[in-house]
Amino acid sequence: MTEPNNTEDGPVPFMQQLLDNPFLLLFIGVALPSVLYTIWGIVDVMSIPVGQ
Amino acid sequence: MAATYEYRTCPDTGFKIDLNADKLIKWNAVSAVVFLLIGGFFGLLVALTRWPTVHLLDAELFYLALTAHGVDILLVWLIFFEMALLYFCSSVLLQCRLATPKFGWLAYWLMLGGAAMGNVAVLMGESSVMFTSYVPMKASPLFYLGLILFAVGALIVCFVFFGTLVIAKKEKTYEGSVPLVTFGAIVAAIIAVYTIVSGAVILIPTLAWSLGLIPYIDTLLYKVIWWGLGHSSQQINVSAQIACWYAVAAIVFGAKPISEKVCRTAFLMYILFLQLASAHHLLVEPGLTSEFKIFNTSYAFYLAVFGSMMHGLTVPGAMELAQRRKGYTKGLFEWLRKAPWGNPAFSGTFLSIVIFGFLGGITGVVMGTEQLNLIMHNTIYVPGHFHATTAGGTTLAFMALSYWLVPTLWQRELWAPGLAKIQPYLFGIGVTGIALFQMGAGTLGVSRRHWDMTFADATLTYDYPAAAHLMMALNGVFAIIAAIGGGLFCIQMVLTIIGKKKAAPAEAPAAPAAEALTGHGHGAGLAVPGTFVLALIFLTTFVLYYFVNWKYLSEVWILS
Repeated sequence: MTEPNNTEDGPVPFMQQLLDNPFLLLFIGVALPSVLYTIWGIVDVMSIPVGQ
Repeated sequence: MAATYEYRTCPDTGFKIDLNADKLIKWNAVSAVVFLLIGGFFGLLVALTRWPTVHLLDAELFYLALTAHGVDILLVWLIFFEMALLYFCSSVLLQCRLATPKFGWLAYWLMLGGAAMGNVAVLMGESSVMFTSYVPMKASPLFYLGLILFAVGALIVCFVFFGTLVIAKKEKTYEGSVPLVTFGAIVAAIIAVYTIVSGAVILIPTLAWSLGLIPYIDTLLYKVIWWGLGHSSQQINVSAQIACWYAVAAIVFGAKPISEKVCRTAFLMYILFLQLASAHHLLVEPGLTSEFKIFNTSYAFYLAVFGSMMHGLTVPGAMELAQRRKGYTKGLFEWLRKAPWGNPAFSGTFLSIVIFGFLGGITGVVMGTEQLNLIMHNTIYVPGHFHATTAGGTTLAFMALSYWLVPTLWQRELWAPGLAKIQPYLFGIGVTGIALFQMGAGTLGVSRRHWDMTFADATLTYDYPAAAHLMMALNGVFAIIAAIGGGLFCIQMVLTIIGKKKAAPAEAPAAPAAEALTGHGHGAGLAVPGTFVLALIFLTTFVLYYFVNWKYLSEVWILS
């Protein structure tokens, strides 16, 4: 019997394991823009000094 | 052990189709086409108003029509069709039952109710806030509620899609990796989840503000979060449209990608970087830092552009390989000359690739460059760009796939095959003209979203060059051509669905389309010289156009 991450041709390459895992991709695809775009953008807006 | 479920066997492809998935695909696709017709009609009214000589609508009706056009096309038509694609790429291509079909129906009615509610709010004249609905412009609560319900419905479909992937894996209905077309749909669904969550984060407080429950929404904060919805929703389109390109290449030619590794890596670039392009709408906002703007629109986004260029190479490359295998090997382009140009699935797809790449892609990169953005920001150049991507790229790709999908799923003969042959050209030429003339007028400074470029009743007037007036007139002419092409598509689909049944095949289907859509493997080698020449033409155009715009910038930025 083969291990879950192995095939008859040998171990499944890391990149293929990544690309075959839709939920890991979902996490990355939501987390990355949330941090780099949304949260960074909100922090920028919140950092604008309040007018006196 | 696979669970039992009700299914039918498609006589053309041999696919086992879950009856729940079958119905949901059909209802979502039909709803999409209805909203394409409505949204396209409003688009024609907008174009005829911006044609200075015709100037069809008064200001109030113009902004109403512009809002309806934006919402019905950019959100409703495209996302309804994408939901149909998610069901097709999961349940049908993976040959498994659909997860939680009741939630699929709940999602459908939420989306339909939300879309209808949004349209009613706009048609009542109380919500002419345009697609972006920037605060402090206030629409009626019905408008925001409609958008929220539509978004929640779409989010539920994404979860049904992911659930169906789990069922397929658990019941071992496929071996190894999911098919490439399904992988493209996964990417679209991932981007959809981020998009819809962004929409919820900003539209729910905006609904509360429109109801008077909260006093104020920060305009810049609104823009930042809203563009997580507004632009990312167009990135769902890009991923779905490229999945359609691969699907049509497989269906029409039996083509296999040059390299599945390369194709999937290109899709991974989208997951990582494509959504960051939302920041290019904020490039002239003084409150945001240059680091935020430049990182998101340049360094990161260029990697997503690299992904698009990889797809732009691999899709025609796969077609070329398949054609060369059939013996079309003379010179660089016999494979292209002998391609089935009379098959609307192919012609629509090829036009979609060319319009999306040359017009939409190149101009998107130019607009995403902070300095260059200054010469066209908020001009009609911007709608020129996104008509090339969403109408010329995505809509044409969806139309192309529909010419195969609708007769196959409904088991009907095409209503008018002769008209189907010319429809992609009509629509493609119309959209190309719209994009080119809007971008030309935008380069001359014509603003977007403006009711009257002659400023006839304005206190402060401005005279645009005569060439700008001519280009807006030509934009109107090409909008009529595109509207005829779009209308023909809608009529064709409706009359096909209610029309003549296909004769049953005499023998069991050979199912080449099914095998090509679900199979794995690479085409034989990299012998695609024609595609490489096309890619070099594209790159040369890209570089020249990019630097021409720096020249324009140097001319408006007179410092000495």
